[in-house]
Amino acid sequence: MRNGSDPVSLSSTGPDYFDIDPLLSEEERSIRAMVHDFVAAEVMPTIGENWLKGVFPSDLIPKMAQLGIFGPTLPEKYGGAGISQVAYGLIMQELERGDSGLRSFASVQSALAMHAIFRYGSEDQRLEWLPRMTRGEVIGCFGLTEPDAGSDPGTMRTRARRSGKGWVLNGAKRWITNSPIADVAIVWARDDEEKIRGFIVPKGTPGMSAPEIETKISMRASVTGDIILEDVEVGEEMRLPEAKSLGAPLSCLTQARFGIACGAVGAAMDCFNEALAYAQDRIAFGRPIAQTQLMQERLVDMLSRISRSQLVALRLAQLKEQDAHTYAQVSMAKRDNVRAALEVARMGRELLGGNGITVEYRAMRHSANLETVDTYEGTYEIHTLIVGRDITGLNALG
Amino acid sequence: MNVVVLVKQVPDTATRIKVSSGGVEIDPRGVNYVMNPYDEFAVEEALRVKELHGGQVTVLTVGGEKADEALRTALAMGADEAVRVSADAKDPLTTARAIASVVRELGPDLVIAGKQAVDDDQGQVGSLVAALLDWPQVTVVTELELSPEGGVAEREVEGGVEVVEFSLPAVLTAQKGLNEPRYASLPGIMKAKRKEIRQVAVDAAVTGEPVLRTTALHVPEERSAGIILRDMDAAALAKELVRLLHEEAKLI
Ligand SMILES: Cc1cc2nc3c(=O)[nH]c(=O)nc-3n(C[C@H](O)[C@H](O)[C@H](O)COP(=O)(O)OP(=O)(O)OC[C@H]3O[C@@H](n4cnc5c(N)ncnc54)[C@H](O)[C@@H]3O)c2cc1C
Ligand SMILES: Cc1cc2nc3c(=O)[nH]c(=O)nc-3n(C[C@H](O)[C@H](O)[C@H](O)COP(=O)(O)OP(=O)(O)OC[C@H]3O[C@@H](n4cnc5c(N)ncnc54)[C@H](O)[C@@H]3O)c2cc1C
Repeated sequence: MRNGSDPVSLSSTGPDYFDIDPLLSEEERSIRAMVHDFVAAEVMPTIGENWLKGVFPSDLIPKMAQLGIFGPTLPEKYGGAGISQVAYGLIMQELERGDSGLRSFASVQSALAMHAIFRYGSEDQRLEWLPRMTRGEVIGCFGLTEPDAGSDPGTMRTRARRSGKGWVLNGAKRWITNSPIADVAIVWARDDEEKIRGFIVPKGTPGMSAPEIETKISMRASVTGDIILEDVEVGEEMRLPEAKSLGAPLSCLTQARFGIACGAVGAAMDCFNEALAYAQDRIAFGRPIAQTQLMQERLVDMLSRISRSQLVALRLAQLKEQDAHTYAQVSMAKRDNVRAALEVARMGRELLGGNGITVEYRAMRHSANLETVDTYEGTYEIHTLIVGRDITGLNALG
Repeated sequence: MNVVVLVKQVPDTATRIKVSSGGVEIDPRGVNYVMNPYDEFAVEEALRVKELHGGQVTVLTVGGEKADEALRTALAMGADEAVRVSADAKDPLTTARAIASVVRELGPDLVIAGKQAVDDDQGQVGSLVAALLDWPQVTVVTELELSPEGGVAEREVEGGVEVVEFSLPAVLTAQKGLNEPRYASLPGIMKAKRKEIRQVAVDAAVTGEPVLRTTALHVPEERSAGIILRDMDAAALAKELVRLLHEEAKLI
C-alpha cells in the first residue's frame, strides 16, 4: 500500500501450489516482497498505458536504484549487496510480473553490462563504472547482435583495429536493449587477429550513434535500438582486458539467461492470477466460466506449467549459488520456462475473451512481450540445439 | 528523540481467509503475512523523526517467532532495534498491558502505532497503551511536528482537520496520508538480517485476564451475482426494477 494505494489492494506473491516458499530464506522472501510491493505500486498503475505509447518509464530508474536492484549480487565494494542467486531470481520474477520490459532493463544493466565489466574488466574499470551503475547514474547496454549475426554471433562483422595506442571501431549492432538511452555501451568486435574483444564505449564518443527501433509490437515498454559505429576511437584503457574470445560475451549471456528463466515465471504467474480471478467472476451460460470443464483444464494447465517452472528456477538458482550449474542447464531452463510462460500467457488471453485483447488486462501484453523473450538471449531453437549437443555429444548447431 | 513503534504482523489483505476448524481463529495455511499497512506509516514517521531530531527507532511487536518477519521489514526500512515480546496476549487489553510494561522499561519520548490492524480492526491497542501509561494520546494522525517538549498533530475528523497540541512522552496512532512509507532497500534487508531481535517475555501476572473473548468468526456470506436488466423499453424496465426492489431485495 505505497503511494496512496488502498490498504486492501495489496496483491499476493503467489501462486505457490507446491509450497515452495518454505524453501526460501526469510531474507529472500523480504527481498521478493520489497520488489513485489514496488512493482504493484509504481509499475502496475501505468504500465498498460506506457506499453501502448511505446515508452519505458524512465522515472523508475532512480527508484529501482534506491531499492538496490542493479548489480545486487556484486560485492559491496562495487556497490552491490552480495545477495544470493535465489534472491536475484526472485527480483527478476517480480519485475517481470510487472512487465518483461522492466525485467529486460534490469537484466541488461546487471547481468550483461555490469557483469561484463565485473568479470572481464580491470579493477580500475570496475571502480570507475560499477558503483555509478548500481546507483542508476550510468545506464548500460550490451551490443553483441548485428543485423546479419544473431543466433550466430561468431560471424559478427564489427571490427576493432589497433591505431596507435588505442582502437578504432567500425560496424553496426542491432536489437540492442537500452541503446538509445544508455550512457555507456559494451561493444563486442573482432580484432585483427580475428579474436572477439569487448570495449566500454561511452555515449557521445564521436562516430557513435544509437537510433531507436520504433516499430516493435512486442516489448513496447522497453527501448531497443541500433548502435552505429563509424571510425569510433577508444583508448586501450577502454578495452576489457580479460575478454579474449567469443566465450566472454557468451558467459555474460549465461548470466542473463538465468535471470530470464526466473523472470519469465513472474509474467506467467501474473497471467494465472488474472485468469483465475476472471474465471471465477465471469458468468456465461448461467455459471462462472471457472465452473466449466474446459476452463478448469486451462487453469490447471497454466498452474502446472508455472509450478514446474518455479521448481526449475529455484533449483537452477541453488546450483548457481554453489557455482555447480552448467550452461546447458541454463539453456534448458531459459528455453522451457520462457516457452511455458508464453503458452500460459496465450491461454490466459483466450480465457479473458474479448477483454483479453486490451491493455486493461495483462495477458496479451505479457504474451506479446514473451515473443521477444522467446527469441532474445538465444532463441528456443538455439537452446534446443545447445541442450541437444550436451546430451548427445553431437553438434547440430552449425 | 527515541521512538518506539508498535507493529503487528497481519495476513496480506489479498489472501482469501478461511476460518480454522476451531471456529475462532483464521487458518494460517497458505496465508501470506505482512506488516500491518498502517504500521508502515508509523515506522516511516518514526524514521523521519529520527532523521530530523536524532535518537533511535525501536520497533516492537507481540507475537511468536513468525512475527520476526514484520520486525525485520521495519529494520530493513531503517529502524535501529527490534523487540519481540512474548506474552499470553488474548485480547487488546492483555496485549496493551504487555506492551506498556516493556515501553515503560524502554522509556521512549514517543510511541507510534498504526491506527488499527487490518486483520481484527480492533483499533484499541494504541489507545490502551496510552491509558495504561497515563500519557497523552493522539489518534488518527495525518500530520506531525515535534519539538523537544511536545508536538502538534493534525487529525482527520469528519469533513475537516483538527489540530492538537500535546506534551511528551505521548502515544500517536498513524493514519494513511501521514507520509509515504519508504521501501526497504536491498542493503537495508541485508543489514537487517544481521541485527539481533531482542526477546522479552512478559508473564501472566502482568498481562492479567482478558476482558474480551472471541466466540465465533464468520466469513462474509457469498454475495449472489448482480442482475442486469436489458432488452426492455424504459417503461417496462422501470416496472421490472420496482418489482425486483420490492419482491426480491425487499427494499421498497
Ligand atoms: C526486443 C529485443 C531486444 C534485444 N536486446 C538485445 C541486446 O540487448 N543485445 C544483443 O546483443 N541482442 C539483443 N537482441 C537480439 C537477440 O538476441 C536476437 O534477435 C536473437 O539472438 C536472434 O537473432 P536474430 O534475430 O538475428 O535471428 P536469426 O539468428 O536470424 O534466427 C532466425 C530463426 O532461425 C532460427 N535458427 C537460426 N540458426 C538456426 C539453426 N542452426 N538451427 C535451427 N534454427 C536456427 C532461429 O531459432 C530463429 O527462429 C534483442 C532482440 C530483441 C527482439
Ligand atoms: C476486436 C473485436 C471485435 C468484435 N466485433 C464484434 C461485432 O462486430 N459484433 C459482435 O456482436 N461481437 C463482436 N465481438 C465480440 C466477440 O464475438 C466476443 O468477444 C466473443 O463472442 C467472446 O465473448 P466474450 O468476450 O464475452 O467472452 P466470454 O463469453 O466471457 O468467454 C470467456 C472465455 O470463457 C470461455 N467459455 C464461455 N463459455 C464457456 C463454456 N460453456 N464452456 C467452456 N468455455 C466457455 C470462452 O471460450 C472464453 O475463453 C468482437 C470482439 C472483438 C475482440
